[in-house]
Amino acid sequence: MEEKNVYQPYLMRIASIIEETPDVRTFRLEFINESEGKNFKFNAGQFGEYSVFGEGESTFCIASSPTRDGYIECTFRKVGRVTKALASREVGDTIGFRGPYGNIFPIDQWKGKSLLFVTGGIALPPLRCVIWNSLDLRDNFKDITIVYGARSVQDLVYKHELEEWGKRGDVKLITTVDPGGETKEWKGEVGFVPVVLEKASPLSANTIALLCGPPIMIKLTLPILTKLGFSPENIFTTLENRMKCGIGKCGRCNVGKYFVCKDGPVFTFAQVNQLPPEY
Amino acid sequence: MTEKKTIKKSSLDELFKKIKSGGKRILAPVDKNGKILFEEVDSPGSVASDYIQTTLSAKDAVLPRCEEMLRFKTEQSAVAIEENFNTPEPTVIFGVRPCDARSFAVMNAVYTKEYPDVFFKSKIDNTVVIGVSCAKSDEYCFCTSVNGSPGSTEGSDILLTPINTDNYLAEILTDNGKAIVSLAPELFTAAGNEDKAKSLADVKIQFDVKQLEKKLPGIFDSAVWITQSLRCIGCGTCSYVCPACTCFDIQDETDGSKGVRLRCWDSCGFGQFTLHTSGHNPREVQSQRWRQRIMHKFSYQPDQLQVVGCVGCGRCSRACPVDMNILQHIKDILEAQ
Repeated sequence: MEEKNVYQPYLMRIASIIEETPDVRTFRLEFINESEGKNFKFNAGQFGEYSVFGEGESTFCIASSPTRDGYIECTFRKVGRVTKALASREVGDTIGFRGPYGNIFPIDQWKGKSLLFVTGGIALPPLRCVIWNSLDLRDNFKDITIVYGARSVQDLVYKHELEEWGKRGDVKLITTVDPGGETKEWKGEVGFVPVVLEKASPLSANTIALLCGPPIMIKLTLPILTKLGFSPENIFTTLENRMKCGIGKCGRCNVGKYFVCKDGPVFTFAQVNQLPPEY
Repeated sequence: MTEKKTIKKSSLDELFKKIKSGGKRILAPVDKNGKILFEEVDSPGSVASDYIQTTLSAKDAVLPRCEEMLRFKTEQSAVAIEENFNTPEPTVIFGVRPCDARSFAVMNAVYTKEYPDVFFKSKIDNTVVIGVSCAKSDEYCFCTSVNGSPGSTEGSDILLTPINTDNYLAEILTDNGKAIVSLAPELFTAAGNEDKAKSLADVKIQFDVKQLEKKLPGIFDSAVWITQSLRCIGCGTCSYVCPACTCFDIQDETDGSKGVRLRCWDSCGFGQFTLHTSGHNPREVQSQRWRQRIMHKFSYQPDQLQVVGCVGCGRCSRACPVDMNILQHIKDILEAQ
């Protein structure tokens, strides 16, 4: 075939696997074809279709930073047919990846600003990409604050990185677990993300907020951000509608006149507020 | 510049032979136990003679209901991807109704603009459309309300209009159309002043599609979506018979170490279409799905792609098992608050 098959994935080798929680894994993936890897470029916020051949494709963000060359990482929870099959793969196995798709967090435009990340559970991976991207370009930003919560200590993902961020003098990290989810050794906060956020009361002046989490967390956190002085234009999120093709054809991520895959997944809440509530 | 010629109906036999010996297969409407379906034919003798509209459109020829988009072989930890599969067969589709011919524009807008889809593109590039104008219509037809007409040339390479019992007026519209004529130029005669219009069905304009497009964003929360869809059983038949529906699902199938990734028609009428892994569903109930169908075709697609996602063929109304009539529903939507 002369023209490119847009549905043909890159073949990727699983270079390493981290068990984040009993049902969440992070894969580091390397391009089997080196020249494909050299030519591959992406930006923070973009996603891809990851596949196990014979089981199908699943949509996740690229969880690693574009500042780290030579690999991409994805973090997923074992839930459906494809993610269960993915979770059963081992280091050295081949999986497929199509991407990068979608728009990006405009971090080039955020030079000189402070960044506030507010996120919960398995919604940290899409923001982890932006966190590492901004930490790798640390001089470009003022304060960097991360508020991250999970149901329980066990459910926190990227535990080693949380530890690393906590030790850095140039990041303010607040971790929290839902009441009842704490352990004896837990040194972080206990409480829901919106409550903990309000208590921490980070400054909104010259600050971009990045909010990503389950629908209920978003719903309860937005009023707090508003109260803290954030305008909808300065609160960014990434929508996660169900997708198949990732390139605006299969139709299922359609919300109003937009496709989340092609016009998103990154939106400001000023934009989200204009959308029909179908996300 | 459109060339106008005439061709005898009896000459089609010879034309079909020339097309076939030129290496193209011919798909044409065939009567299969009362259902008029596009099938491969050898001669015009097999073509159904009396029908208003084919039961299914010719969409399947360029966007098969299920087609391979990837072929692979797995061997322990390695995977090999196969090239050169799902290659197009040069095809002439004969007897496409003008409404259906216009649906190719919708498919083109979805599949060839950004991220061109090679499977669709290679098929449409290898397809010649010989349309046949509508001399008859029924109460479900509304092509004229969505910018079409029973004699619309849009989407056809050649449009035939039966001007009397023995002859067609042939409008040669594209280079692909000219190439077909050049296979047997002796069969075509220069046209005189044949009156095409008098041979066409009279399809009255029943609503203003521009007004509909303008109105829809403002009635997202109207009760009309609930009222209209109370009897919808979410079977997806409307999408299945629609010549302009393009949404699809992707599924893998394996046979031992060999496997394929398939693209299959899907429908926004199904609850699973938008169901998230978490269990959250942005379109939880049938009224939201019915609204999506109308919004997508008459508001979002005109906005995104500058095409109306409906060609007025009426198939969804004819096929609906609970008798949801899109024409009536659109008229009611235009009255809705």
